[in-house]
Amino acid sequence: MDVPVPLPTPSPTARRKRVTESVRAWLYILPAGLLMLVITMFPQLYQMWMAFTDYRLANLRFNIFNSETWEKFAPPIVWFDNFVKVLTSDLAIENYDFVRLLKFNVTWTMANVFFHVILGVVIALALNNKVLFGRKFYRAVFVLPWAIPGLIIAFTWRNMFDRRFGAINQIISRINTAFGTAFPTDNRWLDATEPPGGGGPGIVLSLVVILPLLIMVLNSLYKARMPFLLKLLPVPIIAWVVAEMFKMIVISPMAFWAVLIANIWLGWPFMTVIATGALQSIPEELYEAARMDGATGWQQLVNITLPLLRPAMLPAIMVGTIWTFNNFNVIFFITQGGPFGRTELLVTQAYKLVFTQRLYGVAAAFSIVVFFVLLIITLLQNRVTRATEAYYE
Amino acid sequence: MNNPRLQGVIKQILLQAFLLAVTAAVIFPILWMVSIAIDPRNIDKPLDLTLIPPGASFESFRAVLFDNNPLMCSNPGDTSTCMTFGKLLLNSLYVAGGTALFSVILGATAAYAFSRFRFIGRQAGMLAFIALLMLPATATVTPLYVLLGQVKLGDEVLRSTLIGLAIAYTSGALPFAIWNLKGYFDTVPQELEEAALIDGASVTQAFFRIILPLSLPALAVTVLLGFMTGWTEFVLAWLFLDDPTKFTLAMALRSMQGQFTTPWSTFFAMALLMSIPPVLLFFALQRYIVSGLTVGGVKG
Repeated sequence: MDVPVPLPTPSPTARRKRVTESVRAWLYILPAGLLMLVITMFPQLYQMWMAFTDYRLANLRFNIFNSETWEKFAPPIVWFDNFVKVLTSDLAIENYDFVRLLKFNVTWTMANVFFHVILGVVIALALNNKVLFGRKFYRAVFVLPWAIPGLIIAFTWRNMFDRRFGAINQIISRINTAFGTAFPTDNRWLDATEPPGGGGPGIVLSLVVILPLLIMVLNSLYKARMPFLLKLLPVPIIAWVVAEMFKMIVISPMAFWAVLIANIWLGWPFMTVIATGALQSIPEELYEAARMDGATGWQQLVNITLPLLRPAMLPAIMVGTIWTFNNFNVIFFITQGGPFGRTELLVTQAYKLVFTQRLYGVAAAFSIVVFFVLLIITLLQNRVTRATEAYYE
Repeated sequence: MNNPRLQGVIKQILLQAFLLAVTAAVIFPILWMVSIAIDPRNIDKPLDLTLIPPGASFESFRAVLFDNNPLMCSNPGDTSTCMTFGKLLLNSLYVAGGTALFSVILGATAAYAFSRFRFIGRQAGMLAFIALLMLPATATVTPLYVLLGQVKLGDEVLRSTLIGLAIAYTSGALPFAIWNLKGYFDTVPQELEEAALIDGASVTQAFFRIILPLSLPALAVTVLLGFMTGWTEFVLAWLFLDDPTKFTLAMALRSMQGQFTTPWSTFFAMALLMSIPPVLLFFALQRYIVSGLTVGGVKG
């Protein structure tokens, strides 16, 4: 977001002009603002109030617009009880563990966004190659994962990951016949509790995902303008987060891999579209000049293309992170959070609190906690990406 | 290897191999759906990796398109009160179209103010809209239910109408729409408007005649995302709509995923049919999507 132009010392007429301009601006915002105020802000404020009450099924008859219901159905105020229960996992719900939910949600988001960006950029680069035949065909096909409604895709992947005659197990069996390999073809993708391959693939995956992120974070820390001793402060926290994420990926059951594959399939086209837009706006002269100076294709990629892709990818990564963090469909329809809640996300848990357990007050407190988690993540991410941004300017 | 033509051929082959592999991965789940949908055995999975099962027919598509939907009836005893595909489709189009329309109109006007005016409360307003992008709305369904139940529209409450649903979806789609549109408006040179203002146009005229026509890509993206929200959402729809004649395709599809049995062939036939309108819309707007998704300032 850009900063408004600082105002010159206001003369009376200038001030009046500014006020009229403000009025006009707010008139433009009014329709959207009014809708948000009524449809979003009111329920959100109501939710905040609910979070401090023991709002249950019986209180649903409470109607804030009808004073007759107030006395009879108003929920009792319990202050911070719900928040304490949510954070300390003190709820009589199967497999509810807030810390695990949070760790899994963060790990899930990072792994997904990582693959979305890498795949998205690589495919955009391939599509953008001038010699390529059939670009139009590929472009049309590649929007399909994005264009087909998410719930349909989720149903389909659930079906494909089935143990008996599921597509994925059938493909593995085909590969075994074709190459003489002996991969297991009876994988219980969605309900096995042990990690696949005795944890080996998990170690590889966590290294692939975590190392580049770690390098980025350390790099931004190194470049940050602050005293050296202060820079050392976050290091233990970073080490702890990395260790926890590593553990999370390695012990995650097969279902995590299933939803990861499905969601990677679903998410990369968005990043490809963003990257394509950015690639098309890079002036051709830059490459011509580089070629005249004898730069190889690889040098052009590293020194021109990737740095100029960065400013476009950063906001896309922010949005992608929020979307993936709150991605309901894939988890809800493929694993339902199973096995034993091991792939539950915060949003799917919130849904269950409302629609299965009917603990409305707890759910409200839970939603507010999720908001703060997301806020902290966004601010941190903003910090890391800003710090590296300056490097290219 | 120094032969440039040979290098070009090798490059082409490598690119094609890579992109064809991606294509295969993209197409496979869709073919899997087709294969189940045309399977007359009504089994949940093809027993083999063949696209066309033995005895394949389009019977399930015919059933979805022309038979009454037995799961969505006003009066469960009377099949003539059941919904048909056509009616469900109309309801879905109405909700999705309404969401798209509301979000593009409201989004564009608000984004214009944030992009062009320097006014009191601008940053606070912008921040408020972005924060709303992060607020999970799960527990807000209860107050929303009560709230929309207060407004009467004719002799119905707003909650149980399709228009009420479209309004609720719009409020979910607006934060991103405003953010994205504002980013795009920022890239339209201010000089164009200034010239128009000097020529005697009003601010509103400049907005309609200059900004909007130049921002077609971002408007197209807003329409697209609004349509997708309205087309696929079913949680609120299940909760808010009481009258089966107002039910949507997404609800019908969800209801077919029964607790015990799912009519697999018809389920996937319906899923495929339901995917067609958004895919067509994507294709129609494809040339705008790339430039329209600026995501709040791709172009700096």
